[in-house]
Amino acid sequence: MNKPVDSKVDGRRGFLKAGAVVAGAAVAPGVLLYGVAHSRPPEEAASSDVRWGMLIDSAKCGDGCNDCVTACNEENGLSGANGPQDTQYIRKLDIKDLRNGRVHSLPMLCQHCENPPCVDVCPTGASMKRADGIVLVDRHICIGCRYCMMACPYKARSFVHETITDQNPEVPRGKGCVESCTFCVQRVDRDENPACVDACNANGHQAMVFGDMNDPESAISKALKSHASTEVRADLGLNTGVRYQGI
Amino acid sequence: MANESCLNQESCKPAQFWGLLGLGGLIILGALFAFFTLEHHGHVLTGMNNQIVWGLPHVFAVFMIVAASGVLNVASIGSVFGKKLYKARAPLSGMLALAMLAGGLAVLVLDLGRPDRLVVAMTYYNFKSIFAWNMIFYNGFFAIVGLYLITMMDRKLKDFSKPVGLIAFLWRIGLTTATGSIFGFLVARVGYNSALMAPMFIVMSFAYGLAVFLLVQSSMYKWNAMKLDDRILTRMKNLLGIFIAAALYFNVVFHLTNMYFAKQWAFERFILLDGGIYTMIFWVGQIVVGCILPLILLFSPGARHSIGTVMLASLMVILGGMAQMYVTIVGGQAFPLVLFPGYQESSSFYDGVIHAYSPSIWELLLGMGGVGIAFFLTVAAVRAFKFLPQDDFKSIEAEDA
Repeated sequence: MNKPVDSKVDGRRGFLKAGAVVAGAAVAPGVLLYGVAHSRPPEEAASSDVRWGMLIDSAKCGDGCNDCVTACNEENGLSGANGPQDTQYIRKLDIKDLRNGRVHSLPMLCQHCENPPCVDVCPTGASMKRADGIVLVDRHICIGCRYCMMACPYKARSFVHETITDQNPEVPRGKGCVESCTFCVQRVDRDENPACVDACNANGHQAMVFGDMNDPESAISKALKSHASTEVRADLGLNTGVRYQGI
Repeated sequence: MANESCLNQESCKPAQFWGLLGLGGLIILGALFAFFTLEHHGHVLTGMNNQIVWGLPHVFAVFMIVAASGVLNVASIGSVFGKKLYKARAPLSGMLALAMLAGGLAVLVLDLGRPDRLVVAMTYYNFKSIFAWNMIFYNGFFAIVGLYLITMMDRKLKDFSKPVGLIAFLWRIGLTTATGSIFGFLVARVGYNSALMAPMFIVMSFAYGLAVFLLVQSSMYKWNAMKLDDRILTRMKNLLGIFIAAALYFNVVFHLTNMYFAKQWAFERFILLDGGIYTMIFWVGQIVVGCILPLILLFSPGARHSIGTVMLASLMVILGGMAQMYVTIVGGQAFPLVLFPGYQESSSFYDGVIHAYSPSIWELLLGMGGVGIAFFLTVAAVRAFKFLPQDDFKSIEAEDA
């Protein structure tokens, strides 16, 4: 009498198990992908659970290669001109150790500090840090005082000196405001890499890794854990979001 | 109308008055022309760029703001510290402070990338920003010094002038602290980050402010064909000398400290030895013209009888002050940021090189506009209100005779 009941129960358990596996298999990729990529709907605010960061390996960075700069200019609608009044979000910096002559070539951009001096000094709060660590300029309340440019230790900011035409609609810019690298926030919010990183990967150098530094499983976190890296002007205690290795 | 508004003056000289007012107006018009041109075309027309982000307009603006708070010192010595000689000069001092601050602020605002967003600057405050605090200090300064002027000039409110004067004194110390800290709080640039900036700016403000005051006062006396009593002249020129010496002392300590720190050597070498135009402006403008020569003039035997000598010394202090601001503001930026100490740096964004700056006519017009505004307001105010110091000149003339 008991047996048939047991077999019925077993059968039901089996069905539930199978059902759970099937349902799990159907839902899991979405959940996992969500977890991995941190994509979020536009109405949802950026989360401080994420800290976007970049690791740049100067040993892999191609001497004379400018692909990251070109890609940045194209993505953000910058002219690419290099005059003293022209905007540059990212630049190739060549450095030479004066003691031993060792040279490095590396991209320099907004370091997306945890404690950004540009945000501290901005009188109106236009310079701001998003919850996920991306430092941005609110173009609606920037008054163009340029104090952030005085404060930035990395010379990462530019002032728009003249009227701009042919803008990328995703990256609105305007005369009289200050601007800088946004980590291509419009792409990051679509789960894409910043344009410079994709360009560096596309040409095979793979000198730039972008990802969530708060996620121990992300490529950048693993790389930071296994390789010695440095912050530029670490003495300032800004806890930069961009790190360098090989220097 | 010129005659109707001409108070307390021996002769009204309407032609000269309108001439002066017109001169101020012309300078202001020039600044407005520059402003609208820059507003239309952008800062592309200026010599400022992504390396030298603050230029000649800021030299004028910061000098005038510092001098504005310093010129109020004359009133403070009278109201707060009870010196009669200075009390007679307190209203003029307060009015000059307002006029100079108005001029300096106008330049600062007209140079903004988005001057149309002034209302944003007044409604969005990031309280961690010393710049935001400056805006509060500037606005408060107008209110407090305005009230102070009313209490001094309205007999019914005279009793309030001492407490309001004390508030004004404390406020101006706060204001100049905040102005100096705009530079003092810049963490990354070798030319700036120093707590000494705030007290140094205060001491400099004493010197600049008194120099401006002495020039205006002397001009007013000359206009009215009156002579400043030698004893008053002696005391005021000695005080100016002390302020200049104190400002020089702060500068010496500032540079000595930098010279002691290996990481600051390159910057000090740039300013003091091989910085080209900046080294020249530092030594010739700031030190010789701004400090040494005025000190020699002020303490020369004839200075106590010679208003001309004191006026010349005052003019030199003002020129030296402008030179100091140029070296501090432009020179501090011309020296490149050091991203990798011990490394030579080069890039398409002018890393590792001394940054070039040649001010355009637009910047000069804008900067001069600030002076024009202060001048215009002063000429009009002195005409319409009782700002001439009320010493007992009859007895002084009797003594002279």
